[in-house]
Amino acid sequence: MSGHSTFEPKHPALKWFESRLPLVGLIHSSFVAYPTPRNLNYWWTFGGILSLMLVVQILSGVVLVMHYTPHASMAFDSVEHIMRDVSYGWLLRYMHANGASMFFIAVYIHMFRGLYYGSYKAPREVLWILGCIIYLLMMATGFMGYVLPWGQMSFWGATVITNLFSAFPVVGPTIVEWLWGGFSVDNATLNRFFSLHYLLPFMIAGVVVLHVWALHVVGQNNPTGVEPKSEKDTVPFTPYATIKDGFGMVCFLIFFAWFLFYIPNYLGHADNYIPANPLVTPAHIVPEWYYLPFYAMLRSVPDKLGGVLTMFGAIIVLFFVPWLDTSKVRSARYRPLFKQFFWIWVVVCIGLGWLGSKPAEGGYVIAGRILTIWYFAHFLIILPLLGLFEKPKAVPASITEAVLGKSKGGAPASAGVAAPQTKG
Amino acid sequence: MKTTMTFRSTLLRPLVAAALILGLAAPALAAEGAPKPHREDWSFAGPFGHFDRAQVQRGFQVFKEVCASCHSAHLFAFRNLAQPGGPQFSEAQAKAVAESYQIQDGPNDAGDMFERPGRLSDRWPSPFPNEQAARASNGGAFPPDFSTLAKARTYEVGFPGFLIDIFTQYQEQGPDYIHALLNGYKETPPEGVTVPEGAHYNEYFPGHAIKMPPPLSADQVTYTDGTPQTVDQYSRDVTAFMMWLAEPHLEARKRLGFQVMIFLIVFAGLLYFTKKKVWKSVEH
Amino acid sequence: MQLEALEGRVDRGPRGRTPVSRERPSVGPGGRVGPPVTGMRGKETIVAATETAGTTRRDFLYIATGAMGAVGAAAAVWPFVSQLQPDASVLALSSTEVDLGQIQEGQIVTVKWRGKPVFVWNRTAADIEKAKATEISALIDPVARNANLPADAPATDQNRAAEGEGREKWLVVIGICTHLGCVPIGHMGEFDGWFCPCHGSEYDSAGRVRRGPAPENLAVPPYKFVSDTKISIG
Repeated sequence: MSGHSTFEPKHPALKWFESRLPLVGLIHSSFVAYPTPRNLNYWWTFGGILSLMLVVQILSGVVLVMHYTPHASMAFDSVEHIMRDVSYGWLLRYMHANGASMFFIAVYIHMFRGLYYGSYKAPREVLWILGCIIYLLMMATGFMGYVLPWGQMSFWGATVITNLFSAFPVVGPTIVEWLWGGFSVDNATLNRFFSLHYLLPFMIAGVVVLHVWALHVVGQNNPTGVEPKSEKDTVPFTPYATIKDGFGMVCFLIFFAWFLFYIPNYLGHADNYIPANPLVTPAHIVPEWYYLPFYAMLRSVPDKLGGVLTMFGAIIVLFFVPWLDTSKVRSARYRPLFKQFFWIWVVVCIGLGWLGSKPAEGGYVIAGRILTIWYFAHFLIILPLLGLFEKPKAVPASITEAVLGKSKGGAPASAGVAAPQTKG
Repeated sequence: MKTTMTFRSTLLRPLVAAALILGLAAPALAAEGAPKPHREDWSFAGPFGHFDRAQVQRGFQVFKEVCASCHSAHLFAFRNLAQPGGPQFSEAQAKAVAESYQIQDGPNDAGDMFERPGRLSDRWPSPFPNEQAARASNGGAFPPDFSTLAKARTYEVGFPGFLIDIFTQYQEQGPDYIHALLNGYKETPPEGVTVPEGAHYNEYFPGHAIKMPPPLSADQVTYTDGTPQTVDQYSRDVTAFMMWLAEPHLEARKRLGFQVMIFLIVFAGLLYFTKKKVWKSVEH
Repeated sequence: MQLEALEGRVDRGPRGRTPVSRERPSVGPGGRVGPPVTGMRGKETIVAATETAGTTRRDFLYIATGAMGAVGAAAAVWPFVSQLQPDASVLALSSTEVDLGQIQEGQIVTVKWRGKPVFVWNRTAADIEKAKATEISALIDPVARNANLPADAPATDQNRAAEGEGREKWLVVIGICTHLGCVPIGHMGEFDGWFCPCHGSEYDSAGRVRRGPAPENLAVPPYKFVSDTKISIG
């Protein structure tokens, strides 16, 4: 399980280099020899997909900045200049805008997978918390990026979100003015958001390195939730995981390309094609789809500070999941009750997302309150209690047993094992 | 394989449940004022969509002769008229259009602004020098800029239509709304509705009271290609022009999209079989 | 390490050769060592019996997938490179008109064309005379460098100045020293033309380099007379 590199360079030049900086050995141990559980399903390819999306976003973003002007009076037109005059500008801009949504789709699937299979449990708590930090950074990056085109939704989204901080007593109004760099969202705000939007992805990349490091220390979880016990339980990362991740990535790219080329404005807002106007608020303002569940929670609390705290609390609570879940069993596969509650919780999240896109009135608000309460109850009440009362199914002794147990014909264990990795 | 199957069915069940809950809740909670615009049959819709050159050229004529007297299009340059994927006038035609407009330039060596005939690199001249002047001439209303207007207008699709639209690639909310609006004027508002002085009743405009008088009337613009000179035809043509103006690289986008899709699907197929080969001897 | 492990494990087939051997390891996409082919011992004989066909088909699959990935990656890079070229709005701004009526005799005016200075000089008879008297053999660069003429036209004053009756007094050159891109100063230097302050290149009254490190004459941009008193550059 250690994943130590057994890489030994043959070429003298490589040997010379390797004895001074064991870079190839590090890559070899991390992405070639690294043992991965043999039973990972396609939900595990989203880690690779997310890495790909981070690269796509950074590359397209760096290139867009070559043509973008972060100024209140020029930002909108400079984005349109990219769309109209820059060679392949429309492709790069749509790639970046839709890529953000794809990034969030992938991260939500990745998180839901972690929650379903109990990937946050010991010894993977730090791994999970690093993931939560990446998610928070992504939210900040996505929000500030959406401000940059300086359309109506950019402007009013920035206004509403920055005003959240005014809810804090005493220091609130000062915080907001400092965020704005003025008395309203204006050029100074745009410039600082642009600066931070450029910075944060590199911080994300840094935390991703820690995330992967932590992953390689504790090893991957797997659908059974049983730790690999012998070499039979794992296969080397390359070629097994690489080819599977590659297939997953290309399938995801097909999905991405559908949005990018055919419905590039589907996930955006029509109002953002109207230049920002500080004197007129659009009739119906909503954040980007990936914030909608939190937006719904914000609006379902009648108190200003309460709403803000609820919204932030919904993310903070994720950090504590490793300790809120008291069950000894990791995977939902062997937790019949948890499995039910997990899917109810997924439906609650989707429901909150839908409510977030609706006006805050009448039935929507009541439904929002019920779902918000359920969201928190899931973490604060259901998860701790389930561990005490749930009777889990029998957990297989090893990954290999689980794999062979379901294979047709029930081949004897020794015959079915490929033993692809032999320690040298 | 079996695991993924069971996982999929456990995934589907709650999703169907969620869809049902939301679907039942939607009509009960939704309150809509304006009727939804009719979904028109646009040549630029769908995966192989492209602009009808003659239609966009006619639309440009309507824009030039009618709309442009109040509406600006500040991102529209004369050179765009000759670029691929739009009305595709010849360069000489585009030049002729440009030269028929006087463009302010300067300052010259004496420090004065002066006017000269337009060039291909010039932008379409705005009818008003600024927003205040536009408002003053239009009863307080600001005629919106045409540059991105076809993408800046929409209407609520609702559930489950908004999910179906992902698969049908419906992206024409803006054009449908504009077409509906141009045909949505009613001379007398319905019973019990009063329209303020200087406004006009329009079925599709939010709030129904629009400051823009009905802009189009039959035979207002003379077509040279025998196309019927009706309000409906004018509005279709000018909408197609506006869509091109808002998304000038639509054709290139869809063409490249098709190539990328074919590539990715073939590549995914190859990767799938490679993956199967690699994993052949490992049960998982 | 993996290769060795495979070596050790693979049994020799009936014909003494196996799909995986030291001479011909199975190489997957990206040059990675392929997976163990002979997985289950029970299937060993089957694998061995179909070795030839199996090997080629598998290799073809790996090569095709790898090639497809390489082509895709290369194609994906193109938009990122292509965006660097001058965009459509920049390309469209490539012509500038200059009113010659405002330029006094002996005066050099500087106009901007494509973001660069262009010198338009209304030369005196003495300037012209001096330029005409210079032998081509005395020049550092004997080629006209005139975008309106063939590339090998000699650097005579006639080939440098404007073309046409009574227009030879007009000299239109791009005001960028051909050494390293500084803007030379007019009416300066020993040759009555321009002097570059950066590294001391000197140009004569036909804009030809006569001294210093500059390798070429000042370039003449493409231009034409739209009327007797107006030129259009670009």
